[in-house]
Amino acid sequence: MTVFTEVPSPFCGVGTDDLTIQVDGLTVKVTAYGCAVNSPAFEQAIGDTSPKIAGKTVSLQEAVSKAACLLADSKQSVMGGCATDVNGMRALLSLADRCGAVVDNMNFTAARNNFLALQDSGWMNTTLAEVKNRCDVLLVVGTDVESFAPRFFERYIWSQDAMFLDNPHQRDVIYLGKSPSGSASLSPEGKPATVLTCVNEALPEVVLALRALVKGKPIQALDVCGIAIADLQSIADKLKAAKYGVVTWAAGALGVDNHAELTVQTVSEMIKDINDKGTRCSGLPLAGKEGDLTANQVCGWTTGYPARVRFAKGYPEYDPFLYDSKTMLANGEADTLVWVQAFNVNATPPVSDIPTIVIGRSGMTFTKEPDVFIPVGTPGIDHAGHAYRTDNVVAIRLKKLRDSGLPSTADVLTAIELALQEQNHVN
Amino acid sequence: MLIKLTGGKVYDPASGIAGVVQEVYFQDGRIIDTPKEVPVDKEYDCRGKVIMSGAIDMHTHIGGGKGNIARTMLPEDHRQDPVPRTHITRSGNGHAMPSTYVTGYRYAEMGYTAGFEPAVLPINARQAHMEMADIPILDKGGYVMLGSDDYFLRMLTAKKDQKAINDYVAFTINAAKAIGVKVVNPGGINAFKFNQRKLDLDEQNSHYGVTPRQILQVLATAVKELGISHPLHVHGCNLGVPGNIQTTLDTIQGIGGLPMHLTHIQFHSYGTEGDLKFSSGAAQIAEAVNKNKNITIDVGQILFGQTVTASGDNMRQYANHKFASPNKWVCMDIECDAGCGVVPFKYRDQNFVNALQWAIGLETFLLVDDPWRIFLTTDHPNGAPFTSYPHLIRLLMDRTFRNEMLATIHPQAQLMTTLGSITREYTLDEIAIMTRAGAAKLIGLKERGGLAPGYWADITVYTDNANREAMFEKPDYVFKDGELVVVDGKVVMTKWGTTHIVRPDFDPSVEKDLQSYFDRYLTMKLGNFKISDDEITEDGRGSLTVHPTVGGAV
Repeated sequence: MTVFTEVPSPFCGVGTDDLTIQVDGLTVKVTAYGCAVNSPAFEQAIGDTSPKIAGKTVSLQEAVSKAACLLADSKQSVMGGCATDVNGMRALLSLADRCGAVVDNMNFTAARNNFLALQDSGWMNTTLAEVKNRCDVLLVVGTDVESFAPRFFERYIWSQDAMFLDNPHQRDVIYLGKSPSGSASLSPEGKPATVLTCVNEALPEVVLALRALVKGKPIQALDVCGIAIADLQSIADKLKAAKYGVVTWAAGALGVDNHAELTVQTVSEMIKDINDKGTRCSGLPLAGKEGDLTANQVCGWTTGYPARVRFAKGYPEYDPFLYDSKTMLANGEADTLVWVQAFNVNATPPVSDIPTIVIGRSGMTFTKEPDVFIPVGTPGIDHAGHAYRTDNVVAIRLKKLRDSGLPSTADVLTAIELALQEQNHVN
Repeated sequence: MLIKLTGGKVYDPASGIAGVVQEVYFQDGRIIDTPKEVPVDKEYDCRGKVIMSGAIDMHTHIGGGKGNIARTMLPEDHRQDPVPRTHITRSGNGHAMPSTYVTGYRYAEMGYTAGFEPAVLPINARQAHMEMADIPILDKGGYVMLGSDDYFLRMLTAKKDQKAINDYVAFTINAAKAIGVKVVNPGGINAFKFNQRKLDLDEQNSHYGVTPRQILQVLATAVKELGISHPLHVHGCNLGVPGNIQTTLDTIQGIGGLPMHLTHIQFHSYGTEGDLKFSSGAAQIAEAVNKNKNITIDVGQILFGQTVTASGDNMRQYANHKFASPNKWVCMDIECDAGCGVVPFKYRDQNFVNALQWAIGLETFLLVDDPWRIFLTTDHPNGAPFTSYPHLIRLLMDRTFRNEMLATIHPQAQLMTTLGSITREYTLDEIAIMTRAGAAKLIGLKERGGLAPGYWADITVYTDNANREAMFEKPDYVFKDGELVVVDGKVVMTKWGTTHIVRPDFDPSVEKDLQSYFDRYLTMKLGNFKISDDEITEDGRGSLTVHPTVGGAV
């Protein structure tokens, strides 16, 4: 039995790296600092270790060769999921470049709420250590933080120490939109968060009103979507009186296909307004799940675009709507699906009639057996790697905890690319 | 394989050779002496051609988070410059902030074989190295940023001695795998987090009571005492502020003779004369540089067109956001470590300020006497993308061309510059010093930037051409570590360069206090912060090249 300390997690997004993990053969147990997200993700049992073609066990070489054949015959393949580590993403993009594939991270439609705002007007953001040491007012927009990252408050808000706050336990926490699902946001001194609720669809309007108040514009109405203007005014006053206000949201929690990018944009512009008016304030988008930021970062430096790109013309093209793999599959615009998911056995590929290759975390099961399934190891458990945490600045170094013999995503995708290259050579 | 380059005119300032026709031999990646009766495996006819070592960009933003923010924020810029894959090269996108693969190809296609990222945030160093690991062909390295990190400022407030500072600086260089140390708006990035919107050289950080002048002295001393070859790399206070010439002159005086590199000095050479209260301080800066032999500079030339500015200096980037074009921008505070700001910019020749910035950069190049102490940069992508270097070289080498360009810029800017009266034209030898021998010497690169036996065979061969832009944008051959990677300005083969670092000694007990600081205040364990060697080398492509410290062992 081996015990690992200070283990970083690629699962929770907020980069907890203090876990103690006990490994006995292939069995993994989080013995300290676990949480509802990390513990099950680390402890997930290994399932298949052998690849399968149409449900039948085959050698890795056979599976790789079959995958290469399917891709060789494909006119427009789609690489979905994209949930892996930096090296896995590097190999995925290399293969996609060769195949002319579409690359689409599974969380992109959620992340699009942020990208549309970033690419239209930008933002002023901060990172977790700044939040921990400086934030005196935290405004949570449209997000239940603790179901997203159970340890966010414990680690970054109710910390024992903060360099620039006399008492970090007296920070002001305000929820706008959703109410918290548990008690994590309750301060150690028993002070509850201020909560103002509304539905996602109302958020663009509510934050517009808040922005107007921040700018000192008069509002005649007494309420907006059920929230009293006086209550919004008090949020505006708190943000303007703060030393270092932080506004946080998770793009996915704001909803998809409901123009939630307007919420992100208005909040981000409001943060700029507060800074322009002489007070520091920053945003903190929450993400980092299933390798989403990793995919966007690696795709960013490899192609210039975040992870929804198409290589069909021989060079990367970006379109946040057109290359949505879900829509492409529904419209019959793709003829082969490669699903890459090294973190989550429950995130199985969308069921479709086209040939499907799954490079998935060992333990993944299917309602319909894919044409090719190659079980892979999990970054941070079965092999070392790198992953980005929520603030998109810090890349954590993932450790290898056990010898499962499972290949990495990068191993498998590189082998497929090599096989494809050889087949093209022969043809 | 023994390769011979025959009949080329060699410019190798590292060996004092300036335009001598002589043979160059190399084998197994290294330049060798004239062999005795060994058959040559491959000979290249270089008659009528110019041979230099591969060029080295000593300040170019090619790796790290702010560059990726710039890429992600500007899809419209990429769409205008798609780069299709070939059977040799990967696809990507170019223009202002190219993708990593395209960065490597385009540098190599201009005869460059190394580039150094000047702004590696310790907490973001992993990303910088991962991005640079995906830049083919080039060697690379980085200068780690200190001076606005709270740990360092706490040390200054606590009056820790220089030895303790040195240990911390050396620890950080090792942890981040850097080859030098940079300071950006000394203490200013930190002061911005306390809501200070400007910070002069002698102005105190409102929380720590520390001034930029103190920070510069302490860090420059640390770099010198640790034996780091590259002098403290300084992005000064008040970037872009009219009147900052005085800050820059004071900074030079204030360092008291310690080695110091002032980067993108063009952005720090502004006076307040004239009707528009914006004037050139290049002559005074050049005079100060000429007089103070401890000072080196790179220019940060601006060239007209669309680009994006990406800087650690979020205080100044925030102040400049009103000039964003297109109007979108990002500022970040980062991990009690530093920050960054990304602001797209379009420099216009008919804009008075931009036109004068252009002239100020060129004046600086032409008025500084010693080419060993000035370096050719656009602060890529901040002044212009690196792909504009051949054009810049022509501006420096061709007075007629320069004056033709000068005649097209904003008329009032023409009246405010002495550029038209400066007759100097850079020689090929001086270009080779600025972009090769001088850069290698400044960074402390052993066996790079020259063509003497024993040096690595990073070699560029150009066809001599009176149009220097045409000459420098399309070398006939580029060899990297002895392998032919470019022919006629096109990549014909790709490989992976090494990562250059230094490993200064430090007292390991420095980690005791750091560990408790990390545990109390930061969001990562100290052990997880340090970058291990295998992170660079484990994929089989990357490698580390450790350069000696002065007076220390490798």
